[in-house]
Amino acid sequence: MGEGAKAAPQTTSIPLTQQPPVAALHQDAGLNQSMVTTSIDALIGWGRKNSLWPFTFGTACCAIEFMALAASKYDLARFGAEFMRFSPRQSDLLIVAGTITYKQAPILRRIWEQMMEPRWVISVGACASTGGFYDCYCTLPGIDEIVPVDVYIAGCPPRPEAYIEALLQLQDKIQDSSYMKDRAAANHQRIQVG
Amino acid sequence: MARTVPRPEMTLAEKAYVPEIVKGLKVTMGHFLRGLFTPETLPVQSYPETPSVIPRNYRAKHRLMKRPDGEPRCVACMMCSTACPANCITIQAGESADDRIEKKPVKFEIDLLVCVFCGLCAEACPVDAIRMDTRIVALAADSREKFKVGLKDLMSWEPKDYPDNDTQSQKAPGGLLNAEAKKQWGIS
Repeated sequence: MGEGAKAAPQTTSIPLTQQPPVAALHQDAGLNQSMVTTSIDALIGWGRKNSLWPFTFGTACCAIEFMALAASKYDLARFGAEFMRFSPRQSDLLIVAGTITYKQAPILRRIWEQMMEPRWVISVGACASTGGFYDCYCTLPGIDEIVPVDVYIAGCPPRPEAYIEALLQLQDKIQDSSYMKDRAAANHQRIQVG
Repeated sequence: MARTVPRPEMTLAEKAYVPEIVKGLKVTMGHFLRGLFTPETLPVQSYPETPSVIPRNYRAKHRLMKRPDGEPRCVACMMCSTACPANCITIQAGESADDRIEKKPVKFEIDLLVCVFCGLCAEACPVDAIRMDTRIVALAADSREKFKVGLKDLMSWEPKDYPDNDTQSQKAPGGLLNAEAKKQWGIS
């Protein structure tokens, strides 16, 4: 490859009539001009962030705002996340929209456990994020007690703009996360266990 | 007695199936081509590029009003935190340096994630110190701590785009730059 790179400037000094055919030039140029090189992490991050499949765990009015988000005015499809799957096994983004009670908490946990890796969680609104004004015996004070949350949204209920803001933040987070590092860590763990 | 609903007979074209499918595809393709060539006619609002028009009386993120001398107008009476149904306002009162005023908030913290944006704090305030007219609605972050906003954050919002004759303008009565108020406060 080093030789090819050195040979390339020499070919330019040859008069036009004596120049080798284009195919031969490309051969000389070496691998760095005939291949698209990119970081696997960047490619996977790009793929993941632009095809989020949300699972809406809607229990209250935040889910109504989510319908507004998915409808034509705010159009979630612009961000590649329009494919609502009401099946945890086929989705990778859990949107918890609404009040979660202690009775419902194990169900939410189970749904999160059923989702495939990689998975992300958005906690929508005051109730899901902190319990809101339900300071009572039956309401979970924030779903981060039972599932890890990536992005929180404030509001009661939040406007679709806030949803979009959260989605963009999550996309940045996904782009920044390293697939290769995660895979190496998982392999390391498997070796340790086995 | 059951009522019989007369069913219309299908015409030959309808029975042939294909022409009707073509008709349906025409509608679909019409919508597709409209979106492709004249995207401005679509009902979509491309949000991050085109900001939403939010009415001024929409209850959005809070702000604290300032006195002409730059101090918060709040007198730490705790009315807002008492009225708050979600208990998201934390006020710590301190002694005011100005001898005309008894107290001032040393710490004024609103947890926006707990807040339900009901507007009761703004209604309860006796000195019109807290308002919810910033029109900041897209509040999202990756940790719960980031939603706790203090005095500095709450006082940083300026109604820049309001004209001078507007009631929310800084030159209007109650504003920072109002000449009358400045005179009363002894600020030239």
